[in-house]
Amino acid sequence: MSAPTIDHTLDEILKLAASHFKVPREKLTPDDDFFKTLGIDSLQALDLLTRIEHHFRIELPDYELQGVSDFRTLANRIQARL
Amino acid sequence: MLDLRQYASLGAALKDALERWPNETCLIEADRDREKVRLTYSDFREMARPLCRALEDADFKSGDRAAIIMTNQSKWLISAYSIFFCGGVLVPLDFKLSPAEHLQLLAHSKARFLVVEYYLWRAITQSPEFSKLTAEIVLVTEAPAGADLRGAYRWEEFRRKGEPQLVPRRREDTACIVYSSGTGGRPKGCVLTHDSYLEQCAALTAWYPFWPGVRYLSILPTNHAIDFMVGFIGPFVCGACVVHLRSLRPEFVRDAFVRYRITYVSLVPMVLKNLERGLRAKFDELKPRTRWMLDRLVGLNRMLTRRRPRIGLSRRLLPQVHKAFGGELQALIVGGAFTNPSTMQFFYDLGIPVSCGYGLTEACTAVTLNDLKPFRADTVGKPLPGSEVRVLNPDSDGIGEVAVRSRAVMSHYLDDPEQTAQTIVEGWLLTGDLGRFDADGRGHLQLFGRKKNMIVTAGGKNIYPEDIESAFDGLPVKEYCVFAENYLWPQKTLGDEMLVLVLRLEQNQQFDDRLREEIITRNRGLADFKRVGGYLVWEKDFPRTASLKIKRGELAADIGAGMTRARVAEM
Repeated sequence: MSAPTIDHTLDEILKLAASHFKVPREKLTPDDDFFKTLGIDSLQALDLLTRIEHHFRIELPDYELQGVSDFRTLANRIQARL
Repeated sequence: MLDLRQYASLGAALKDALERWPNETCLIEADRDREKVRLTYSDFREMARPLCRALEDADFKSGDRAAIIMTNQSKWLISAYSIFFCGGVLVPLDFKLSPAEHLQLLAHSKARFLVVEYYLWRAITQSPEFSKLTAEIVLVTEAPAGADLRGAYRWEEFRRKGEPQLVPRRREDTACIVYSSGTGGRPKGCVLTHDSYLEQCAALTAWYPFWPGVRYLSILPTNHAIDFMVGFIGPFVCGACVVHLRSLRPEFVRDAFVRYRITYVSLVPMVLKNLERGLRAKFDELKPRTRWMLDRLVGLNRMLTRRRPRIGLSRRLLPQVHKAFGGELQALIVGGAFTNPSTMQFFYDLGIPVSCGYGLTEACTAVTLNDLKPFRADTVGKPLPGSEVRVLNPDSDGIGEVAVRSRAVMSHYLDDPEQTAQTIVEGWLLTGDLGRFDADGRGHLQLFGRKKNMIVTAGGKNIYPEDIESAFDGLPVKEYCVFAENYLWPQKTLGDEMLVLVLRLEQNQQFDDRLREEIITRNRGLADFKRVGGYLVWEKDFPRTASLKIKRGELAADIGAGMTRARVAEM
């Protein structure tokens, strides 16, 4: 089976973030700083990463999130593992 | 525990510890829910021995500096032990810094050796600054087969046969150089002696003893002063066990409490808050009747533990809560930043003692700690044995700058006599923190703010404005400067600290969307914990010295007098 496109991955991540932190999906955009937009700290971001892992059935070391603060970069990191 | 008075160095004390408890488990390393490593003290010694021999063969000399850049794991501690054993000076660097910052601090510390985890080494080698690497010998852990290590050795293969010889060090010799800040230009490398650590360890374990069978969960990075002491030196000289987690996902942290029946853990406020959030969410899901019962039991526990913790009783009253923490937790130790008293009270009411402390890298680890006699959520505890604390120039409320004198205090800042002279005055370390002793006369210290221009994040990171200003280099404005908001408008409380970017625009320049976007983009280039929280436009030129340096104190006073906090726009 072919890997999903980056746009699809990004959209899935935005949906997961919206659902996990209970915010309307339309309020999130790919280049948002998720710490600021969602008002979360780095541990809550790691919680989101766990949810993303379960969804995509991949495993990402914590360090993959180091220096990442927007959904688009996060999607690129995920995409590289799909 | 070992009688630390008998030892002159960390290397000698740790060597004896490895021989004293050969069959006790000293280290467990878990990756998520998978246990990867479990070592007895004897195993640890066997793993360190060939590394020590290899260092000897690599001409590692007494006093040589060796840096470690790694996440928490067994190889961190094995490497650190080997460096001490060979008479070296350890330079523990924060793995969350950028490659350029790592290279800068490696150069500043003059570290000859570097031990580094593969993913961090890869980032360093890809840095445009890589040619500035000063370390002569680099050991890389966990490198995949076939990886190009750019001249570094594989840690796992850097081994020699034979029996290494402990290199003796004196108490006054340097044990570690720990950077408290300064990646922006003027590094503050705190030079800490073996005496500092041995004294501090004796003081801390006098109040919170470890023993064989204790399992300490190491969550804070080991390069952090707290974890280095209570997640390495302290447990080892007492025959206790350290549990490392390779992932700090809250779900795995919660799981580790139960899986390893954790006895102690040190946390920064952000992690404590996360645990509180998780528990409160679970409580909110309870059926009304169960919730009503829980609230009554929590109230009863609070009443029964008013004077002192009664852990056995609390475990019987609230068994499910304690089971979720493994059932053997003695205390949560919290420090590194301002901790909300309500969060500490929340845990204490559940029968989980929280001991809040206060310390700074310049003072080795901790200056004060709550001894839980009784629990106090409104203080940072009492001075540790051997530490003298004074409040200088107190105002009418008794609040002044906190000063510390003890053998644990650093000897100086590396290669910076000027900053040393400003910070250690007549034997007293000037902390830059504002506090007072509580009026009840029991010696509890309360903190109220900062005198210095810096912030401490909930994750325990000290951020100095000067260190992040370079992120805004070339910003199209006349001039700019970064301040701690509470430095501009001093207040007698801690918490909610943030940095403010102060802009002076060119004549006739308007603050437009383009400039705003540029600032936001630059800000996002910083690590999340270093970001500026707001900005303001200042209408006058910045005052400068004859050598054109910004007179920060004068500018801050002008802004503080001429504007209010309300003028700070959110980033």
